[in-house]
Amino acid sequence: MSLLSFIIATPLIAAIGLLFVPRGYSYLYQIIARGAAGITFLLSLGMFLFYPQMASGPGGFKFYQKVAWVESIGINYQVGVDGINVGLILMGAAVALAASFACWGINRRERDFYFLFLVMVGGILGAFASLDVFFFYFFHELALVPTFIMIGVWGRGEDRNYATFKITIYLTIGAMLALVGLVALYVQSGAQTFDMIELTNHVKENPIPVDQQKVIFPLLLFGFGILVSLWPLHTWAPVGYGAAPTPAAMLHAGVLKKFGLYGLIRLAIPMVPEGIRAWLEVFCFLALGNILYCGWVAMRQKDLNFLIGNSSVAHMGMAFIGIASLSLIGITGAVAIMVAHGLLAALSFGLSGYLYHEKGSVEISQLGGLLQKIPFIGVCLVIAMLAGCGVPGFANFAGEILVLFGAWESLPWFVVAGAWGALIIGAVYCLRAIRNILHGALSEENSQFNDASTLTTKFPFLVLVILLVIFGVYPRLLTDRVSQSVEPLINQANDTTAQIVAPSAALLGQNTPTAVRVDF
Amino acid sequence: MNISLCILEIAVVLVGVALLLLDLWTKPQRKHLLGYLGAAGLGLVLVGSFFVPVTDVPQTAFGGMFVHDHLALFFKQLFLLATIGVLILSVEFAPRIESGISEFYTLSVFALSGMMFAASANNFVMVFVSLEVVTITFYILTSFMKNRMQSLEAGVKYLILGALSSAFLVYGIALVYGISGSMAFSDIAAKSELTLESNIFKLGILFVLAGLGFKIAAFPYQIWTPDVYQGAPTPATAFLAIGSKATGFVLILRVLYSAVPELALSWEHLFMAMAALTILYGNLCALPQRNLKRLLGYSSIANAGYLMLGIAALSPSGSTAILYYLGGYLFTILTAFTVITLVSRSAGNEDISSLAGLNERSPFLAFALTLSMVSLAGIPPLAGFFGKFLLVRAVIEQASSYSAYYLLAGVAVVGVAISIYYYFGVIRAIYWSKETPDTSPITTSGPIRFTLLAGLVGMLYLGIMPDRVLKIAELAAASLQY
Repeated sequence: MSLLSFIIATPLIAAIGLLFVPRGYSYLYQIIARGAAGITFLLSLGMFLFYPQMASGPGGFKFYQKVAWVESIGINYQVGVDGINVGLILMGAAVALAASFACWGINRRERDFYFLFLVMVGGILGAFASLDVFFFYFFHELALVPTFIMIGVWGRGEDRNYATFKITIYLTIGAMLALVGLVALYVQSGAQTFDMIELTNHVKENPIPVDQQKVIFPLLLFGFGILVSLWPLHTWAPVGYGAAPTPAAMLHAGVLKKFGLYGLIRLAIPMVPEGIRAWLEVFCFLALGNILYCGWVAMRQKDLNFLIGNSSVAHMGMAFIGIASLSLIGITGAVAIMVAHGLLAALSFGLSGYLYHEKGSVEISQLGGLLQKIPFIGVCLVIAMLAGCGVPGFANFAGEILVLFGAWESLPWFVVAGAWGALIIGAVYCLRAIRNILHGALSEENSQFNDASTLTTKFPFLVLVILLVIFGVYPRLLTDRVSQSVEPLINQANDTTAQIVAPSAALLGQNTPTAVRVDF
Repeated sequence: MNISLCILEIAVVLVGVALLLLDLWTKPQRKHLLGYLGAAGLGLVLVGSFFVPVTDVPQTAFGGMFVHDHLALFFKQLFLLATIGVLILSVEFAPRIESGISEFYTLSVFALSGMMFAASANNFVMVFVSLEVVTITFYILTSFMKNRMQSLEAGVKYLILGALSSAFLVYGIALVYGISGSMAFSDIAAKSELTLESNIFKLGILFVLAGLGFKIAAFPYQIWTPDVYQGAPTPATAFLAIGSKATGFVLILRVLYSAVPELALSWEHLFMAMAALTILYGNLCALPQRNLKRLLGYSSIANAGYLMLGIAALSPSGSTAILYYLGGYLFTILTAFTVITLVSRSAGNEDISSLAGLNERSPFLAFALTLSMVSLAGIPPLAGFFGKFLLVRAVIEQASSYSAYYLLAGVAVVGVAISIYYYFGVIRAIYWSKETPDTSPITTSGPIRFTLLAGLVGMLYLGIMPDRVLKIAELAAASLQY
């Protein structure tokens, strides 16, 4: 059994184990959940560090394992990592560990809560590790359903029923559309397998017809797009995260949401590149909508949770632009943003959850001057906000700068200009939030705020901040791994285009791995 | 003539007759226990069915009217399982039926024999006779609660619309016979060049499909479904939902692929439209429902629509998907109706609000109903998901030659999204509704726990380990010619 299978299985086995713990032992549930998340994190960290030394298996994937599942239609349990998902799995495990320590205010039906939490963690890691299209989708759904239940049962605020239904319906439509796209990919490629490696290789030899690519890509774009909160289909995100219990918001906004981006990179780029090029205008336009419109909306928010929710939607636009650039540097940047934003979103929602737990509301106008009272949480919030507006030294900067370079290389100037503009908008709402929440006079009713005093309360924030800084100061740790694995995908995308569009150009040797410039 | 081919049907009829006779010697207060005996008898038949030899070349009896192949055996096992579940459920329901409970069991078993003959039908006479056996017993079963207005109303509605559908069927068969000069599927298929040109023949097949459409509750023949589902005794509703629907589908598959394979291939627009409208109608109408049985009635219409996707795909993988989906539907729907029977026994009605606090009253029942709703909604890792996955796959396979199939898949997606709303409404009522009027624990008998457990295991098994059953379904679907 590969190490990767252990990483996926640990939380799931712990979840099943929880069912055998009798009711009433709430501390035991907590220990099991934290222990499982801790083991998962250590294993993922080991996998990340030893990744370069390991021997590659099929398709350049390491820690590879394959078990036949449904032979007649070609479904296998197949897992493996390359540079793209090894970082995402580490990030997912880190967020899961942090979230398992951020379960404040969960004081009823604890066993059910931790059960769902662990299932969600297992599903998330499985989705990122899967190299089989069917299991890729299957694990994602396995993680998605607990999210809905957690919001419904342990959610907060008046609107939680509305939020539950909204997020359920939106994400189900998204997942189903993506499923149709994935099945279409399976059918149209003619490979008769859900195996991603074989599928990619098969498509390399026999590209999918262009007219089919033009149908499949929008299915993937809008299906995955809804899951990643692509504008204008993003409205579930702020509402859903506003109502979600803190650990669910951390895991979903931080990790699960990246599933859609990962799917686009892993499947859409190598297999339907012509579809992407045909839809590039629409794609860029929607991504700019994310960056500018949702950034604008974030500026007007009065509630910290909604501010973070909207800003997280805005950040997704940067990742979309990185993917749309179809260039090595842009996509590497998109993956770096996915990792960085995962850590950042988890940190922000964790902090906001802490404040909510202390006060019962995160209305910005009711907070103020908190830095005097809660220095540790305050400093973490400053870090989160600065990272959010792309200050160098944090991982987000590394990703955003790469995406800007990628966009500069292959996208029209106004997309680049829009992305630059987003940085300013981001700075406005982040700095304003710091001023309104942390600085100024401390009001009477806020004087009973307690800082995170014990190590267990500080722990989740420390994990996330440390990783944000490490990847920010030494981004090569991430980007070296990523770019190595992105390169073959880009090559394949360009080869496919050369094969379909201009067979003669391929003979002249013009299929170099640079992106094709697109004129609007 | 090879009478040994219908050994299973003979055994089932014997079980039915034995129940009828045993009724004479059983004390009235113990009569409801006969249901367990019937279920045990059918259980033996089910076990025996696994030892019935099947050859890859179909064998026939009664001059070609009766065919024995993998497809027939698959459906017979499905029907046997369904009836066993329904009989155990009927025992639980017995106190609410004033008199004649053993007749209820006997009629269920006779309906089963009709379904099993339908699974083997290879001739239009056989189609009609076996379908009438099923339908006429259902007229009685739906109106079995003689003192309840709703049940009688359900029976009358089912009688009128059922008679109408039988009329369609007979009329269609007459037209088909008039043109082709034969009732046997193989003869009709052999005369395809004669029949393909005849519009009257096409009208006849259309009428036959209309008659079968009533059975599966496909649009526009779905009108009877909600009222009958709501009014009929719950075991009869469960039997209608799975047994009657599966009968309709096996007959549609037989007629389309054995009698008129060429004609079927040219009707993809008709089937696509029917599938899309059925999905949308069922799901949209289910949204405002408050009565659980009525809700499941509309949901059963929607599920007929999903199953129609497999017909619309007109391919072996479409038929395989139908078989697999029906297998999952069997476990799901039996679990759901079993829980509803138990809950409505104490609440006295079937309103969604009667589920309030179910999690405190019986966590096991709450879990079972939740799982069946999640499976109906098509969420992994349950049977409903894998079934829908296969159906969508079959539809998209056709999209490379005709892109309107993408649209059909899109409609299915919209349908699933709508259905999430009402299925989760049920789950919400179980776990987090505010008012809990009744907190008394619900007791469950051993056999009922067994049925529920079997339902849960079935749903999970078909969702997580699909390989084995999928192979069986593929083998069964391969018995048809495309």
